[in-house]
Amino acid sequence: MTKYIGKSMSRVDGVAKVTGKAKYAAEYSAPDLAYGYVVCSTIAKGKITRINTDEVLQIPGVIQLFTHENRPRLACFDLNYKDQDAPPGSPFRPLRDEKVVYNGQPIALVVAETFEIARYAASLVKVEYEQEDHDTALEHNLHRGRGPKSGVASLLKSPPPKPRGDFEKAFQAAPFKTTGQHIHSVEHHNPIEMFASTVVYEKNGKLTIYDKTQGAPNSQMYVAQVFNLPFKDVRVISPYVGGAFGSGLRPQYQLFLAVLAALELKRSVRVSLTRQQMFTFGHRPATVQNLSLGATADGTLDAIRHDAIAETSRFEDYFEIVVNWSGMLYPAENTKSTYDLVPLDVFTPLDMRAPGGVTGVPALEMEIDELAHKIGMDPIEFRLKNYTEKDMDQDLPFSSKELRECFRQGAERFGWSGRKPEPRSMRRGHTLIGWGMATGIWEASQGPARAEAVLTVNGKLRVTSATADIGTGTYTIMTQIAADTLGMPIEDVIFRLGDSDMPLAPIEGGSWTAATVGTAVKVACEDLGKKLFKMAQKMKNSPFADVKQDDITFADAHIRLKSDPSVAVSLLDIVGTNGGRAVSETSTSLPSMLEQRKYARAAHSAVFVEVEVDEDFGTVRVTRAVTAVAGGRILNPKTARSQIVGGMVWGISKALEEESVMDHQFGRFMNHNLSEYHVAVHADIRELDVIFVEENDTIVNPLGVKGLGEIGIVGMPAAVANAIFHATGKRVRSLPITLDKLL
Amino acid sequence: MRTTLSPETDASPTTLPEKTTIQLTINGSVHHLELAPWTSLLDALREYLHLTGTKKGCDHGQCGACTVLVDGKRINSCLTLAIMKEGAEITTIEGLAGENGLHPLQTAFIEHDAYQCGYCTPGQICSAVGLMNEGRAKTTDDIRELMSGNICRCGAYPHIVDAIQEVMKIDPKA
Amino acid sequence: MNRFSYSRPGNVDTAVGELTRHEGAKFIAGGTNLLDLMKENVERPNHLIDINHLALKTIEDTEDGGLRLGALATNADTAYNDKVESRYPLLSQAILAGASAQLRNMATNGGNLFQRTRCYYFYDTGTPCNKREPGSGCGAFNGFNRIHAILGTSDENPETRCIATHPSDMAVALAALEAIIRVTGPNGERTVPIADFHRLPGNEPWLDTTIQPGELVTAIDLPAKGFPDYYAYIKLRDRQSYAFALVSVAVGLEIENNQITDARIALGGVAHKPWRKPEAEAMLVGKTVTEADFQSVAETILSGAKGYGHNTFKIELAKRAIVRALQRAAKTETES
Repeated sequence: MTKYIGKSMSRVDGVAKVTGKAKYAAEYSAPDLAYGYVVCSTIAKGKITRINTDEVLQIPGVIQLFTHENRPRLACFDLNYKDQDAPPGSPFRPLRDEKVVYNGQPIALVVAETFEIARYAASLVKVEYEQEDHDTALEHNLHRGRGPKSGVASLLKSPPPKPRGDFEKAFQAAPFKTTGQHIHSVEHHNPIEMFASTVVYEKNGKLTIYDKTQGAPNSQMYVAQVFNLPFKDVRVISPYVGGAFGSGLRPQYQLFLAVLAALELKRSVRVSLTRQQMFTFGHRPATVQNLSLGATADGTLDAIRHDAIAETSRFEDYFEIVVNWSGMLYPAENTKSTYDLVPLDVFTPLDMRAPGGVTGVPALEMEIDELAHKIGMDPIEFRLKNYTEKDMDQDLPFSSKELRECFRQGAERFGWSGRKPEPRSMRRGHTLIGWGMATGIWEASQGPARAEAVLTVNGKLRVTSATADIGTGTYTIMTQIAADTLGMPIEDVIFRLGDSDMPLAPIEGGSWTAATVGTAVKVACEDLGKKLFKMAQKMKNSPFADVKQDDITFADAHIRLKSDPSVAVSLLDIVGTNGGRAVSETSTSLPSMLEQRKYARAAHSAVFVEVEVDEDFGTVRVTRAVTAVAGGRILNPKTARSQIVGGMVWGISKALEEESVMDHQFGRFMNHNLSEYHVAVHADIRELDVIFVEENDTIVNPLGVKGLGEIGIVGMPAAVANAIFHATGKRVRSLPITLDKLL
Repeated sequence: MRTTLSPETDASPTTLPEKTTIQLTINGSVHHLELAPWTSLLDALREYLHLTGTKKGCDHGQCGACTVLVDGKRINSCLTLAIMKEGAEITTIEGLAGENGLHPLQTAFIEHDAYQCGYCTPGQICSAVGLMNEGRAKTTDDIRELMSGNICRCGAYPHIVDAIQEVMKIDPKA
Repeated sequence: MNRFSYSRPGNVDTAVGELTRHEGAKFIAGGTNLLDLMKENVERPNHLIDINHLALKTIEDTEDGGLRLGALATNADTAYNDKVESRYPLLSQAILAGASAQLRNMATNGGNLFQRTRCYYFYDTGTPCNKREPGSGCGAFNGFNRIHAILGTSDENPETRCIATHPSDMAVALAALEAIIRVTGPNGERTVPIADFHRLPGNEPWLDTTIQPGELVTAIDLPAKGFPDYYAYIKLRDRQSYAFALVSVAVGLEIENNQITDARIALGGVAHKPWRKPEAEAMLVGKTVTEADFQSVAETILSGAKGYGHNTFKIELAKRAIVRALQRAAKTETES
């Protein structure tokens, strides 16, 4: 039945990508296209008192300068501005009024005949402010921490778990304990494609919008609600997304500004952000975490305390799951955890690859490593001794959990048994060598989605769903699922996505798209199959007239009798009976909550890293790494491997390089470019090895997939930090571990 | 209360820079464009010629997405003006595939899954063509160092290196 | 970006004449730094003189046994030039440690000398910077100064305060090689030793070099002594490639019968210009490789260094880098 699922296949969009034919949001043209260039605030808090609009409008080629002074009347309720990923609070509204609430806030849009004129005119926009004192430093405001407000988004993000046992008592009594404060810097997603929206103003006044987004329907809903437009007059198209990593989960301000300009000018407009402006919206929040772990004499992890404080904006309560992971990883009897927010004069943080997970798990896994070291146990042995078969906080068994096998296979591939346990025990000249490992975990979730399957008159299968492929391989795996479900040769199957006209799918993120949309595609193809079978039964001299659905199978573009495959009707012949029309079916898939709620569901990983540290300079190089993943069924090992490798690169980059540094004098990120905000480059990455451990799971979803977008990154930062500890004997708890921290 | 002002930039902005006819040779075809000097080669390709295969990732020479070949050498097209490249032979991603199909690097990128979102890909491939023309990379580490001007945020680096290595016939163990 | 006009002179005299006539004009060669800064509205020339068509691209021997690098030869062509590779490997290595292959294919030798600082505040017109906007203040002094200078800074008067560094790798090697910069201007030709080419911020942090208005760098002369046998370039940065130096060190030694007869040490990433300290170099001369006290040399070079908070680590890092570079040049480095 599965000719394609599980098989390594090259991407179906590969040729488009290597030839430059794949088109991204800023690459669509329109007659008479005007260009917008955004002007951002240079203060963090205060009021705009004057903008030299008249002067700017005199520049030849400038069409309009949009500011809060001439913004048309728009929706006035917060609800209209809420997108699918909006946290509780009052969403930011560009050009709302004269108030400046963060540094880098978009305060004007110049629209001109060419990009160059718009850019030039933007450089001449002069803004006068009345400045107020701002507060942007998390570390100075920890005392202001308070629990997050609840809202719709909190349905998907659980609050900190209730305490178990008596942490204080157990910790006090523990013969082995460790305590550490973990500080994580702000990070920005920095996809290489910058945010852009090309808004085509159609002759009938409708809008066709090419947007960079992780959910075309999300952008459509936002535009329709904010600008008071009927949904049918707003179409959002986004077939290719040049990376997003969470940044496309919310509509960014260029969409608002481009639509505003197009509607006001009744003309097509493109607004692209600059790389510097890519640092002026959501980011991974800065966090401070305090962890305390205690173990009994025999190495039983007995007490865990995990407290986290993160920043948010003054207007929304962004929060993530940081302190809930230990209950899914370790069976400690005595636990306590808190999660608080500090509102600051910054933009609202935003989900970024493995939000919360790659904050909380690395801190936990570094302390686990520290505790194992103090006890004198091998880190894997310690983890195996404290292995849990259930989620302690929910008191539910895992639907599947092959983490033990990840430890075993990963350690074997890496050669872990050759490790000398003592720190600083392996060196070559000035170079200290360290081996470290850590566990990763990410929840496997599934949402509702719709898909349409169409058998065209020439016998091709066309499947659509308004999801996104941000490089994750969605196009390819959906094609595989569709082909297998309806027994079609893969070259006769085409899957399309990224269009708000298509059947609704939720925003693409959190590693849930393979499960969510994959199931919808499967169901739509199954439903189409049923329909085709019924049609086949009605055909003249049909061999299936008295056959039940259970007795037939779909193979080689035919419906065949299971007991005698030579008894067959081709799908092309069936569609031929439909009066020259295609046959289609649109279906909705829902997670089977009743079954799923009886289990905890998660992907796991074991990560092994070797580092070389120059003893004198503190420079760190990750020389090799192995990740063993238990991620359910692997639909396409080739694209799956890419997902994990990408996550590992992110993990190395986070552990060693990434940091958006704010100067609190100005409340402004100062290294707002790719020269000074360091992400890993080719030379940083050497041998990365991926193992997919076999894991069968019939609970998570009908496909048995767990999603791979985040699990690759979660375990990596701690594995790197633990390897650095093993190399140097230094436990650095603030990320990134730049060379100055190791001098 | 404090007041701040953005810096003064231009005294009397009532005229625009003059446009001239610029002749550019791209992928073997001659194009005539009416452009002012302030148009970068990258914007000329993307906005005026609709050759959008060349990507804008930072516009400051910090990511490599805009890499094209000028007289066989790889450069960042965002940091040069179109007018400065009159008379040069410019090759973009659109010009790499020949009549007999894809360039070997394009095929190898597909085969090795040497991309994810695809946005840095044209720059990576053009850069790799430049790398091969230079003839300086002898080892895997050489490739890594000499490709470091092309950032892949998705993290496809190991696969990109595999693809290049295969086409260059460099022994991965060397 | 501001508006500007454009010209493309065919010879040096015309180019220099145009620059003299046009107030606010600038030469453009590779464009890698100038266009970057123009897009940030930091540089705002009203006219660009494209000098790429001037005949200044050759690399040729000089009569005194040295090598003349044309100002318009690219960084890549220079680093990969056979003569540079064999006679001045230190220079080759330093150039290849900088930027990316693409940028090195564009950037020219002359342009490299005029590279401006990477100070975040200089680059960001939303913050004060005395270099960009004289008298506006120095954002870095009390701000985020991790990449900033520890030597030769100007930090007393708030209106001229500047703790920026010069970002070039190439210039650090040129400083060690004691290159001579050839300049043509309205008053004819002159030569400037590399040590006098860049300047410290002093009371005029907006001036990076001693080059006068209207002058054009035509070539860089490398003296015959190229230290091809004993040299090292060490660059320390936040990732393995494609990042500016936190600290870099260029070392050239001459060693005869195990005795050091000449020594050059230049530091990058620590000051507004490549940093040398002749008395420290003198401490090595006459010593055997084994008796030379590299640590004392490092201490001497860093004497007077001052950190500003985030960058204080550079003092220790620079010392260690000097010691390592001397060991590597002298071939006494522990196996690694």
